[in-house]
Amino acid sequence: MAEATLQHTAAVGHEPAGEFEAPLFGAYSKKVGMWLFLASDSLTFGALLFAFSYNRIYTAWPTPFGKESIINATIMTACLLSSSLTMVMAVFAAQRNDRAWTRNWLLATMAFGTAFIVLHGMEWTHLIHEGLTLPGFPKSVEHGAGDYATISSGVPQFAATFFGLTAMHMLHVTIGVIYLGVVALRKWFLPILGVIWLGAYLAIPADNVFHYGVHALLLGLIVSAIILFLKPKDYDAHDVEVSGLYWHFVDLVWMFIFPLVYLMSTKV
Amino acid sequence: MHDVAKHDDSKGQYFWVWGALLFLTAIEVWLGYRQIFQPVRMLQVLLLLSIIKSALIIGYFMHLKFEKAIMRWMIVISVTACFVIMYFFFFPDAGRILRLGVK
Repeated sequence: MAEATLQHTAAVGHEPAGEFEAPLFGAYSKKVGMWLFLASDSLTFGALLFAFSYNRIYTAWPTPFGKESIINATIMTACLLSSSLTMVMAVFAAQRNDRAWTRNWLLATMAFGTAFIVLHGMEWTHLIHEGLTLPGFPKSVEHGAGDYATISSGVPQFAATFFGLTAMHMLHVTIGVIYLGVVALRKWFLPILGVIWLGAYLAIPADNVFHYGVHALLLGLIVSAIILFLKPKDYDAHDVEVSGLYWHFVDLVWMFIFPLVYLMSTKV
Repeated sequence: MHDVAKHDDSKGQYFWVWGALLFLTAIEVWLGYRQIFQPVRMLQVLLLLSIIKSALIIGYFMHLKFEKAIMRWMIVISVTACFVIMYFFFFPDAGRILRLGVK
């Protein structure tokens, strides 16, 4: 047994203790890991966008989005772009070891991300009330019978691809806000997230799709609590930079969803 | 541990990138409203603008421009190759539906 251990050490341990080979990609492992995750996640969104384009090109595609929807989506885009700038500032502050400003910039990024989610949620609610819906959605009392209701029954791919793509993206933004909250506030973020989840659940009416969707926050709370209690640590500049990579990725994905889903479906 | 990526620390360039992204978004919205192009041409123009915007985000905000060449090329080539393969899976099949019809 001891001989086998010695042979294993000789086979694996090429370097003397305390010396390490230079990393192949010139970056620390967490960053390479995040890049690999983002590369794989980009394929998820790529497949969804390809599926959307497939339907968009080969179907008589409706163009229902009026001025109100486009203005709303443009403000959402500006929020995400601004959040990327504040995220860059947070990375700079972390590199200076300026903890107060790192936290402040991360909170600013979270505020922009939250604004994006709230605006998107309001738009979803408006569209569902107008009649754009999927079979699994709760039936609203004020369900409309206009253009959107006709589209839902005539071209069901429209609602399926719209809600599928934007829900996937909204989920990523929500996870991003929780991720940044954990990095910025650590365990202090857990009660805040708990209050937000409970408040949102009680405030959103039962016939709204987000009445149940808000439980994503509860799931985020449980996962964050497990991570924070099993491996408590003081997040450093590397962690802030890696969380920034994830955040910029959700911004990047929106740069394709916004023109393809919204601007290609504007009402003339 | 390896240092956090070091790069040109002038913050000004990030504000320029942010401004450029907002400007390109404004052009996209304007094109969307004016409907200058036919849908296929419109799709091409919007996709081109989106690719420019994504290059700015990946290069500057995600700092890929400042990483080692092997890291840059590994990410860009692998993801692009996957998208190209995905394209060849999706669209010839869609074209086949147009030519042969749905039975």
